[in-house]
Amino acid sequence: MGLVRKASLTLWIVCVVGLLGSGVWGAPAWQPNRPVEWTVPAGTGGGADQQARLMAPLIEKYRLSPQPFIPINRPAGAGAQAFLWMIDKTGDPHTILITLDSLFATPAAQVIRKRDGSRFTWRDLSPIARLLLDHFVLWVHAESPYRTLDDFVRAAKAGPPGRLKMAGTGSKQEDEIIMVMLEQAWGAKFTYVPFPGGGAVAAALVGKQVDFTVNNPIEAVGHWEAGRVRPLAIFASERVRVGKWGEIPTMKELGYPLEYQMLRGIFGPPQMPPEAVAFYQEVFRRVLDTPEMEDFIERGAYTKAYLTGREFLQWLERKDAQVRTLMDKAGWLAK
Amino acid sequence: MDFIRTFQDLLYGLAVAASPQNLLVAVIGLLLGTAIGVLPGLGGTNGVALLLPLTFHLSPTAAIILLSCVYWGAIFGGAITSILFRIPGEPWSVATMFDGYPLARRGKPGVALTAAFVASFIGALISIVLFTFFAPPLAEMALKFGPPENFAVLLLAFASIAGLEGGDPVKALTMTFLGLLLATVGFDIVSGTPRMTFGLVALQSGVSFVVIAIGLFGIGEILLTVEEKLRLDGLKARLSFREVWETCRMFRNYIGTLIRSALLGFWIGILPGTGATPASFMGYGMARQFSPRGSRFGTGEVEGIVAPNTAAHAAGIGSLLPMITLGIPGSPTAAVMLAGLFIWGLNPGPLLFQENREFVWGLVGSMYLANVLGVLMVLTMVPLFAAIVRIPFAILAPLIVILCSVGAYAVNNQVLDLWIMLGSGLAGYLFKKLGYPLAPLVVALVLGDMTEQAFRQSLIMGQGSPAIFFTRPIAAFFVVTALAIFLFPFARSALRRARGGAVAAEAPGTAGS
Repeated sequence: MGLVRKASLTLWIVCVVGLLGSGVWGAPAWQPNRPVEWTVPAGTGGGADQQARLMAPLIEKYRLSPQPFIPINRPAGAGAQAFLWMIDKTGDPHTILITLDSLFATPAAQVIRKRDGSRFTWRDLSPIARLLLDHFVLWVHAESPYRTLDDFVRAAKAGPPGRLKMAGTGSKQEDEIIMVMLEQAWGAKFTYVPFPGGGAVAAALVGKQVDFTVNNPIEAVGHWEAGRVRPLAIFASERVRVGKWGEIPTMKELGYPLEYQMLRGIFGPPQMPPEAVAFYQEVFRRVLDTPEMEDFIERGAYTKAYLTGREFLQWLERKDAQVRTLMDKAGWLAK
Repeated sequence: MDFIRTFQDLLYGLAVAASPQNLLVAVIGLLLGTAIGVLPGLGGTNGVALLLPLTFHLSPTAAIILLSCVYWGAIFGGAITSILFRIPGEPWSVATMFDGYPLARRGKPGVALTAAFVASFIGALISIVLFTFFAPPLAEMALKFGPPENFAVLLLAFASIAGLEGGDPVKALTMTFLGLLLATVGFDIVSGTPRMTFGLVALQSGVSFVVIAIGLFGIGEILLTVEEKLRLDGLKARLSFREVWETCRMFRNYIGTLIRSALLGFWIGILPGTGATPASFMGYGMARQFSPRGSRFGTGEVEGIVAPNTAAHAAGIGSLLPMITLGIPGSPTAAVMLAGLFIWGLNPGPLLFQENREFVWGLVGSMYLANVLGVLMVLTMVPLFAAIVRIPFAILAPLIVILCSVGAYAVNNQVLDLWIMLGSGLAGYLFKKLGYPLAPLVVALVLGDMTEQAFRQSLIMGQGSPAIFFTRPIAAFFVVTALAIFLFPFARSALRRARGGAVAAEAPGTAGS
């Protein structure tokens, strides 16, 4: 009797385990068997860090992976340390990277050498997916005389070169690239004051230390709600139709076809096995659909932009070309 | 009227914080924080970042209470290894070592620990009261501080600690410049290029102040001890709660220092991008200049422990203010908490006070409760911590080396830092042998980076002209004050010499004899 029960129980367990393993449940063929190390190529508290630390627990909460994802910051050299770390992890299916535009700008601005002496580019990495696009908005102080973009452009062109000051994050990265884009479009000259992070940049504008910024929406939303800053235009292809962000006209509508969006994407090390790439694509596709992410996307006026495979690769090439062209004109490309 | 309203809000906040769940969260946070503070390298910033994912299972109020309690715990805990082993558990506890370690060596680790904890508590308390009643206007004032003002304040910091550790001024100056030189290593945010990294990517994050301090002090001290003689017995230390109580009573004598350090620390904490570390050095430096016991600083003077700890904890509280009211982190730890605010669905800013009363006042209430709880918890553990020094050196030394190594690695997750730690350990040993003071080096290293950045930002804003430091009233005030403080010791000694000369002239006979 007892033996029969034991045997049938064993049979049950075998069946259940078999079913779980057989892929009937839609689980991809490859799954991590140890914690996934998730490199953040920036310091704690920045945009990329924020997103990784938001998504990692969501992956656990919704059981999207049998193993946890652990964000680790490798901030040195505006991403250089993180990129080389990924190169050292060639073929490792348990290492991923979240990116921002330093993926394009840093290897263009400085020569990052791999161990074999050749130069690093993002093409060394295995693209997994594009998740979000982060927007940029031209902000001025709420008490500033520039009520519209036209006022601003007129002032930029009229004043002596460098009269208008802009605060931005870091140097020769996305904020300064956008400023160069504006200078080239308007034939103006601004003074660029670098700050260590987006929060400090927004505060510099609120404190009237500078005349304008191109803060990401989430960095400035609190000040906007409090009526301290005024958005003049967004550098997007079309209006961001979430909440009140839809009020902000695009540069294009106002007559300046200027666009710039920042990549929030996921990459693996070189030669990541395709099954692992497929696993992460599935995880992140599902993370983006969680209610917590939906909220986050709305508050930060992000554009949900999940993209994989060949289209993603083509998009990366276009983006890289845009960044390199702008940096080339500014004379920042490292030979 | 406003005060009555604030008072009601505060009572409400205390009620929120005192709910059983939040209280439990606070205790857990404090324990974790103290442990994190003890481990060097694994600083409050990392600790908060590690715990951030856990907070999703909590309400935003409980979550911020957990994270801020980890932060308070780390500030309490950071002092422990500084005092017992001369290893800074946290960057802001380097200044605690200057007097804490000598006092512990004299067989009074309990007094040193108690002084550090109680000072932290009082600094926190003064700071929280200011936070409660003046948060919005203070945040407005902080906004007036741009790069030129920040530079002026940092200049003041340098001035207040100039001449730290007496001895040969040339040697002190040498060490200051060595510290400034080390501070320039790394990725320069103004030019966007790496400097003095010798092609090593790992050096682009700069030479970490914590790694250098762990090496110079912790490893250096072990080498010195080994050389002296390999003692097998531990220190004899008196351990009792009586000692804790007696130390508490000594605080009557330090009221001036407590208030000065707390106000200074709170203000430095509010300014974006500075934080508790410069505050602790400024607190120490100012006390050394103004206290009647200033000349005994560095030899194990209790007031020298009180001053930096009061300032550090006050700054820790202060750094949350711009985060809540403006969305600007006042310290790296606050930056991580800020990320948390976004994740929990809160927008920091002036409206947070109106829209999320429970959150803001719950946090304020928890600051009161957590710091009272925290100080009671760590004070009861003083005899336990102090007992560690009784462990024989032969057992303790390898443990300390392991602690140092783990800490140095944890700062940036890179192996190069271990070599830097060992190198600076050796350097620390040699410097000590040759009579070069270590304090100016670490101070210059920690402040150099910020000062340079603020200086260059200001020059960019002023289109290359240093006049910007004098045309802006707040900046001008601090620059002039800094210069005055810097020149004060010279002026005083010149005055003394002049007066001495006059006396000598009146009585040539005595001068000649």
